[in-house]
Amino acid sequence: MGRLFLKEINAFFNHLTGYLLLAAFLVTLGLVVWVFPETSVLEYGFADLEALFVYAPLIFVFLVPAMTMRMIAEEKKSGTWELLMTSPLTNSQVVLAKYFAAVALIVLALLPALIYYYSVVQLGDPVGNIDSAGFFGSFIGLVMIGAVFAAIGIFSSALTENQITAFVIGVFLGFLLYFGFSAFSMLQRNDAALFLEEISLSYHYQSMGRGVIDSSNLIYFLSVIGSLLVLTGIMIKRK
Amino acid sequence: MSLEVKQLTKVYKHQKALDRISFEAKSGQVLGFLGPNGAGKSTTMKIASGYLFPDEGDVWINGVSVVEHPKQVSKMIGYLPEHNPLYLDMYVKEFLHFIASLYRLKGSSAQNQISTIIEKCGLGAEQHKKIGQLSKGYRQRVGLAKALVHDPEVIILDEPTTGLDPNQLLEIRKLIREIGRDKTLVLSTHIMQEVEAICEKVVIIHQGEIVAQDLLQNLKAGRGFTSVFLETEEQLRREWFELLKGIKEIHQIRENELEFLIYEASDIRKELLTVVQDRNLSLLGIRLQERNLESIFHQLTQS
Repeated sequence: MGRLFLKEINAFFNHLTGYLLLAAFLVTLGLVVWVFPETSVLEYGFADLEALFVYAPLIFVFLVPAMTMRMIAEEKKSGTWELLMTSPLTNSQVVLAKYFAAVALIVLALLPALIYYYSVVQLGDPVGNIDSAGFFGSFIGLVMIGAVFAAIGIFSSALTENQITAFVIGVFLGFLLYFGFSAFSMLQRNDAALFLEEISLSYHYQSMGRGVIDSSNLIYFLSVIGSLLVLTGIMIKRK
Repeated sequence: MSLEVKQLTKVYKHQKALDRISFEAKSGQVLGFLGPNGAGKSTTMKIASGYLFPDEGDVWINGVSVVEHPKQVSKMIGYLPEHNPLYLDMYVKEFLHFIASLYRLKGSSAQNQISTIIEKCGLGAEQHKKIGQLSKGYRQRVGLAKALVHDPEVIILDEPTTGLDPNQLLEIRKLIREIGRDKTLVLSTHIMQEVEAICEKVVIIHQGEIVAQDLLQNLKAGRGFTSVFLETEEQLRREWFELLKGIKEIHQIRENELEFLIYEASDIRKELLTVVQDRNLSLLGIRLQERNLESIFHQLTQS
């Protein structure tokens, strides 16, 4: 299983596309945090990185499905899926290896954000005047969002042999779960709306941004991830 | 060591791909699995390898059921799928290490095994190349190496020689024969010469049903029709020969050439010559031809 995990990471960096995706992500975040006047920390005047945490999920909606779209679809198309499925690896091992590879890549993409944190700490007046709990709460929340999107991506990649289809489904499901449900919930004020809001990703993400890591939020994220991976397992069952 | 297919049935949406087929392959005996395209060869092999699930029946590898214990079976099987899928981005050696790790081979035993296989498959000079750069023949060798890397007892090869040039064909066949000596080997193909060159036992499948299974020699002997070709300078008419005994069919090949399909024991050349003499024809040729596997195949699979 470890070897398959490494194979996925290698495959990502074997192509220019992998670097391109990471570069696009970092450049966009860099522009949002430091350059664009609407969102730049420097213009804003407060030592906080809210812009980063507002925009990163938006980019993730596209970035993560682009990372994960090939993971199963491409193997199915090229036939190598048959090699994996007829090996002693169980289906869950295959799914988990691929999933953790995707999460590892997402964490890797997020690491430079820690440099932004350090910069803002240094820019604060006095130095270090930043809501660290809020930052790390949001940071963990962002990793969780990425992890959920990765599960969505793996799931949609298992639905089809076509990478583009997998990408489109992944983007749509991610969008629905992050923005869609909370937006629907604003249409009306009743119990259903409240429920919709509570199952939306953004609701739990924002609550982590307050700097308090509540177990209910973590349980929410983990159960969404768990159910998506179980669904993926069902999709790839022997037919 | 054996592979036993029992009452295997597989239904795709509107089509019965396999209809209760049963056969058995034993150790040290290369089994040729023959059939036209779409006959159900690959489906059978995919089920045997644990990739597909049968609707009925089962495949037993060394007495272990593929339906119930696919992962246990996978360790005993070396499988080369149709079209030989490979990770083209990987280097040959890297790929074999990757496969070995999937089969839980580790450390020095994996190293040794991989070196042995690389040598056996003649990949020594190519082992540090990317698979994507290799020619089709070498890719096929990598696929074979993949199937052998965990030293399985039962080997399933789905059309291992399609698309190879004549030289590569000979080499791969030689390799397969070597492997088949002490393993149970099943290979599918629609190339008859291949079966005659490699296999001891033959199973012919047509539209999801087995139409023949026997040792190659029995099969060739049992379906004993022989052809006699007769050519004269003048035009030939079938009617002249219809009264002769021992003839099953007469085909008019050209105006002045006839093919007589005869039962094995009856050599009718003498009788044919008498007719030719009686009618005062000038004989150009007469020749007896044993039926080969190809004609048996045609006979069994033309519907």
